[in-house]
Amino acid sequence: MSGLLSLITFAPLIGVAAILVLRAFASPRDARTVEAARWIALATTLATLALSVLLVAKFDPRQSGFQFTENAVWFSGLHYRMGVDGISVLFVPLTAFLMPLCIIGSWKSITNRVIEYMIAFLVLEALVIGVFCAMDLILFYLFFEGQLVPMFLIIGVWGGQNRIYAAFKFFLYTLLGSVLMLAAILAIIGIAHTSSIPALMVFKFAPSLQTWLWLAFFASFAVKLPMWPVHTWLPDAHVEAPTAGSVILAGILLKMGGYGFLRFSLPMFPAASWQFTPLIFALSVIAIVYTSLVAFRQTDMKKLIAYTSVAHMGFVTLGIFSGNVQGEQGAIFQMLSHGVISGALFLCVGVVYDRMHTREIAFYGGLVSRMPIYAAVFMLFTMGNLGLPGTSGFVGEILSLTGTYGVATWPAIVAATGMVLSAMYALTLYRRIVFGEITNPALTAIGDLGSREVLIFAPLIVATLWLGLQPGVVFHVTGTATGHLVGAYHAATGR
Amino acid sequence: MTVAQVAALASPELILALSALILLVWGAFQGRINTAFSFAAVVALIAAAVAAAVGPLGRAFGGGLIADAGSAFTKVVIYLASAVAIPLGDRWFARRGIEKFEYPILVIIAALGMGMMASAGDLISLYISIELQSLALYILAAFYRDDVKASEAGLKYFVLGALSSGLLLYGASLIYGFAGSTRFDAIAHAVQVGAMHGGGGTGVLFGLIFLICGIAFKVSAAPFHMWTPDVYEGAPTPVVGFFAGAPKLAAMVLLARVLTESFGGAIHEWRQILVALALISVAVGAFAGLVQRNLKRLWAYSSIASIGYALVGLAAGGVVGIQAMLIFMVLYVVDVTGFFACLAALSREGRPMETMDDFAGLVRERPALGMAMTIFAISALGIPGFSNFWGKYYVFKAALVQGLAPVAVIALVGSVVAAFYYLKLVKVMWFDPSPGVTDAPPREAALVTYATAFFAFPAVLVALIAIDPLAHTAALALAQR
Repeated sequence: MSGLLSLITFAPLIGVAAILVLRAFASPRDARTVEAARWIALATTLATLALSVLLVAKFDPRQSGFQFTENAVWFSGLHYRMGVDGISVLFVPLTAFLMPLCIIGSWKSITNRVIEYMIAFLVLEALVIGVFCAMDLILFYLFFEGQLVPMFLIIGVWGGQNRIYAAFKFFLYTLLGSVLMLAAILAIIGIAHTSSIPALMVFKFAPSLQTWLWLAFFASFAVKLPMWPVHTWLPDAHVEAPTAGSVILAGILLKMGGYGFLRFSLPMFPAASWQFTPLIFALSVIAIVYTSLVAFRQTDMKKLIAYTSVAHMGFVTLGIFSGNVQGEQGAIFQMLSHGVISGALFLCVGVVYDRMHTREIAFYGGLVSRMPIYAAVFMLFTMGNLGLPGTSGFVGEILSLTGTYGVATWPAIVAATGMVLSAMYALTLYRRIVFGEITNPALTAIGDLGSREVLIFAPLIVATLWLGLQPGVVFHVTGTATGHLVGAYHAATGR
Repeated sequence: MTVAQVAALASPELILALSALILLVWGAFQGRINTAFSFAAVVALIAAAVAAAVGPLGRAFGGGLIADAGSAFTKVVIYLASAVAIPLGDRWFARRGIEKFEYPILVIIAALGMGMMASAGDLISLYISIELQSLALYILAAFYRDDVKASEAGLKYFVLGALSSGLLLYGASLIYGFAGSTRFDAIAHAVQVGAMHGGGGTGVLFGLIFLICGIAFKVSAAPFHMWTPDVYEGAPTPVVGFFAGAPKLAAMVLLARVLTESFGGAIHEWRQILVALALISVAVGAFAGLVQRNLKRLWAYSSIASIGYALVGLAAGGVVGIQAMLIFMVLYVVDVTGFFACLAALSREGRPMETMDDFAGLVRERPALGMAMTIFAISALGIPGFSNFWGKYYVFKAALVQGLAPVAVIALVGSVVAAFYYLKLVKVMWFDPSPGVTDAPPREAALVTYATAFFAFPAVLVALIAIDPLAHTAALALAQR
């Protein structure tokens, strides 16, 4: 069914057009117009979700190549190429799944410039889905870089106190990484005379060239993921972004870095990937141990969760560069699972932030006596965050570690301590916020989750448990493609 | 060659020259400007653009005038950009009570000069055409003569422009002295012979350096950029939008033709100069822009950086390099026209908005103009998909293909530095509270702003399908030796 990917990618833009038409013909300050914009955004994201479910249902997991391909000649030898394979296909429903939750989550908390907010989110959704569907280098770069602008506005317009600093840091950090990737992309097009990703995946680059190209792509993806030591933009961006912005940032935007490694670094530059594996392992292990310890010392809830994201992404890079099937499967699974769990955790923070307007851990305590449902929900995602078996968090970490153990013993062992450390910070956070007596008089009147909030968390709970208990649904889809990827990688590196 | 054939080859020039003379008489008798007058000037420019597009190709006046795909492509863009400048400037001056019939005529004469620059085939027509457009532009810069800043800008532009013309003329005389001819193809022969005899071409190359410096002044490439921020700040906004765009395209095309046709054999020599100019321009544009508060000055630095990128394309050389430069410059002309049209459209209580702070909260106050300005800023920043990104895409691709990878990477990093001030503009417009009320924008300026912003994104994604092959044909013609 060709055209489905374009439809999914650009469906959110139809919603944007609808909101713009609405804005042109109705008074933009009118409360009813604002309400209508919210409903249009929600309907659009739900429609996109339905389409992406259709995509997964129609996806044939037995094929290793790209499916639903589209190809149209553009200019200067470029093509409009779309397609998904087993590696990318699941990120589309992940994005489409989180977006409606973000819209519902912002329903009450965003009251300022709602129309622009909804437009920014819909544009962001289109660009992010495009990243995972693009099959042409330049098209990929268009989507990949384009999302900087809506995200910059989301942080800068609807963010917290220090939002402008955070927005600039986010933008410039990412841009610097990306221009190096742009240079590499242009060099690749100059050398290989094609910008088609499937063609480049089988193109043999000279080993010395691979090193440079790999480093340029690494600069971009390492910032995006983020890897230690270029992760410092992330805590700032998370803390200042509105709740839904954090959900998207942690849930999806970080995954583009990992996806980039899987899509470009490994298949296109296998020799360089093999050569730099020790570097990646070292950085990943440092990220896991160091940022876990840093997270432990945080006083801001969002900052703490932001640092745990860096640690969890360490497992992803370990898995990707282990170069075996367990590792790749684990990395993809970890990304999907982290998308759900970290998104949910940021929403958990958003719940109390909406009520008290502070994220200071010390402010809270004893919430269990006033918010029992919240305590239960937060408990589940805390467990998911520390990787309790039965939640989705466990599967990805254990597979990444197994894969790493197969190629490098020590990194795997040191990284495994990360699972202990994650229990340490996650449980401490939970204890300080939820358990104990209420000591802060401001908290005595705090109310439990409303029906809208339950509606947000319900699908996330289902997803966390479902992926944790039935991980096979993911492996069924990703199996052939990862097997193919690993086979090609081994053949190219001669291992 | 019959007179008819020559006239056909020079038809755009003839149309413009005759129109300028007729309009001059019309204006002198009528005494003041009206809509029909401006409209006639616009029609003349569009007619010249059509003549350039469909006219025959060849060389006239003993090789002094070249009509080829390269000149035709350039002329169409230049004439159209000039046509846009006429209503913009007319209305702007009218609102200040200084409408004069000379304005459209001077624009036409400048356009005539620019078109001839794109067609110049020897050193004489090179010099004449540059002077023709420069003199018209000096007057335009000082056209708002009641304004001290504008007069200062015009004087500054004139003095430094005259200096650069001196350099240019000196270089031309050296080249003529050593090559024995003013024709570009004859100079090429001398360069070839000089190269064969080992270093014998030094004198010619010496002349070339002066020539490049002179043109670098005209396109405001650093370190010959000193006049740019002052002149842009002082000159009337629509006039700046005009002379920040089309004349630079003309000068770049002229430079491309001289360098490939006459000095194609000395590419390794001039490439070093161009690379140096390009990198200094990118650096100056990026770093000096960081401290600007006035948007016209800021965009002066932005345009210095842009010329740096265009020079990277030219330094890459060959058909890919020239094509990259042409596409970059065309997209740049549209962007810069739109940006200054947007500036001309905006005012707070009658006072033009020029500093960063004036733009605070613009998106809330004037969503359409604010969005347009955001598009120009984001485009200049180089976010993929927007027009300036495609210019950079072609330029850096050419640089990488032609073995200038380090240059491309340095220039790209420069664009990250410059990103800071474009972002600051976006930040001011989106995040900051508005200090007052903006006036209703004048219709023609708003219209041009919307049209160019729409071109910058998303229309460019489709327009390039047409521009890419046209620029390729033009580059093929220009790169021919």
